[in-house]
Amino acid sequence: MDISDIEIESFLEAMDKAYGYDFRDYSPAHIRRRLYHVLNTYGISSISLLQHHLLHDHSFAQKILHNLSIRVTEMFRDPGFYKALRETVIPLLRTWSYVKIWHAGCSTGEEVYSMAILLEEEGIYDRCQLYATDFNQTALSHAKEGIYGVDQVKKYARNYQASGGTADFSDYYYAQYESAIFDRRLSKNIVWADHNLVTDGVFAEMQVVICRNVLIYFNRDLQNRVHRLFHDSLVKGGFLCLGSKESVDFTEIATSYDALDKRQRIYRKTYKS
Amino acid sequence: MRANKYEVIVFGTSAGGLRVIRSLVMSLPANFSMALIIIQHLSDASPGSWIDLLERDCKVLIKEADEKEVIQSGIVYVAPPNYHLLIERDRTFTLTVDERVNYARPAIDVTFISAAEAYGEHLIGVVATGANFDGAEGLKQIKEMGGMTIVQDPKGAEVEAMPRAAIALAKPDRILTMEGIIKYLLEVHSVNLADGNP
Repeated sequence: MDISDIEIESFLEAMDKAYGYDFRDYSPAHIRRRLYHVLNTYGISSISLLQHHLLHDHSFAQKILHNLSIRVTEMFRDPGFYKALRETVIPLLRTWSYVKIWHAGCSTGEEVYSMAILLEEEGIYDRCQLYATDFNQTALSHAKEGIYGVDQVKKYARNYQASGGTADFSDYYYAQYESAIFDRRLSKNIVWADHNLVTDGVFAEMQVVICRNVLIYFNRDLQNRVHRLFHDSLVKGGFLCLGSKESVDFTEIATSYDALDKRQRIYRKTYKS
Repeated sequence: MRANKYEVIVFGTSAGGLRVIRSLVMSLPANFSMALIIIQHLSDASPGSWIDLLERDCKVLIKEADEKEVIQSGIVYVAPPNYHLLIERDRTFTLTVDERVNYARPAIDVTFISAAEAYGEHLIGVVATGANFDGAEGLKQIKEMGGMTIVQDPKGAEVEAMPRAAIALAKPDRILTMEGIIKYLLEVHSVNLADGNP
C-alpha cells in the first residue's frame, strides 16, 4: 500500500463516520480520480489535508460530497432506450390503473423530465407518480428547478427526435437568457427525495425502476445489494431499466428477470420471483 | 520465465484515428502478448459498427470494454462512446459518466492517468493523430510513473495538433511514424515471447 492508498482509506472512513456517506464500495480508480480533482481545484496538497477540511468545514464537506457523487447526463440520453420504452414498455404499463416509477440516482434530473415528456405524449402521465431520488443535495435541487443550459438544448432536441418524440421539443421549455426553463406541468407528478442507495431502504410497489449509469460506480458486492433493493421494490411483472453498459447478468438476482429488450437493458421481473 | 516488461498499451487518438487504429490492429498476431486499450473520440451515438468491421479482418479479438471486465493480453479493448474508461489496480475496467474532460468523453487523459496508477512501468502509452490536446497530461503521468511514452510524428499525422501537444507537455521517450510505432510494439511483443510469456 502506498501512502495515498492509506490516506484515501482513512478519508473514506472519516466521510462515513462524520457524515454518514459511505463510498468504500465505490470504484477505487473513480474515487482516486475525484479526490485528486478536488485537490487540484482547491489547491490542497494532500488527501490528509483534505480530510482535515472535511472534518472541520461542513460547507466544504458538501462541496467534496458533490464532487464525489456528481454524474453528468442529458435529456433522452441513448434515444434508442426511450424509443424502446415508448414502443415496448408503455403499452404494458397501460394495463395498470396506476403506475409508480422510481428514478434511482436521478442526478440533475434530465432523464426524469424526459420520462415525464414521454408519459405525457403517450397520454398516461396523469395516472403516473414519479419518485426521483438522489443523495447529492446539490444535484437534487438543480433537478427540482428543471433549468438547463441553452447550449445543451440543441442536443436534447436531437435526442428527443431520435427517440420517437411526436411534438416540437421547444413546446416543453421556454428560453430565458442562457437558460432553458422546463414547463412546470412536467413536474406536477414528480416527487423529489433524498435517498442513498448505499444505506437507505426500498420504495415499495413500483411498476418501473430506472437506474441508469449508477451501478457502474459500485463494486460487485454493492451492486448485488442494490439489485436486491430494486428487486424488492418492484411488483411482479415490473420493469427494471439500466444503463447501456449495465446488466442483471452475473448478479445474484439474474434469474428473477427476463430480458424484455436486451440491447436497451430493459428487464422484466418474473411472476415467479 | 519472468514477468513481461510491458503488459498493456494505452492508445489515444482523435481526428484521423480510425485509419491508424486499423493499421495497428491489422498488424497484431493472434498470440499478441499485451492488452491494447484504445481511446478514440467519436460522437456519442457512434454505433460501434467499425469495431465489427475491424474484427472481421484482424487476427485478434477486438471489443468494447465492459465494466468490471478483467483485462487480458491478446485482446483489443475500445472505450465505449459517451463514457470515461478507467483502469483499476486489480486490472479491471470501470466506466463513468462524469463530466467531459478536454471536451471529450471518453477522454484520453482519464484512461491514461488511471492506467499509469495501475500499471506503472509495465505500461506503454501512445498518442496519435488528433485535433485536440487530450492525452498530453495523461502521457506525462505515464512517463512519471516509469512507463514507456510514444507519440506519432506530427509530420506524418493526419492531424498534428494532438501529437504536438503531447510532445510539448510529456517529452515522450520516442517520436515515431505510425509504421515505426507498429514495428516497436511488435518488437516488444517478441521480447515478451522470448521471455516465455504468452
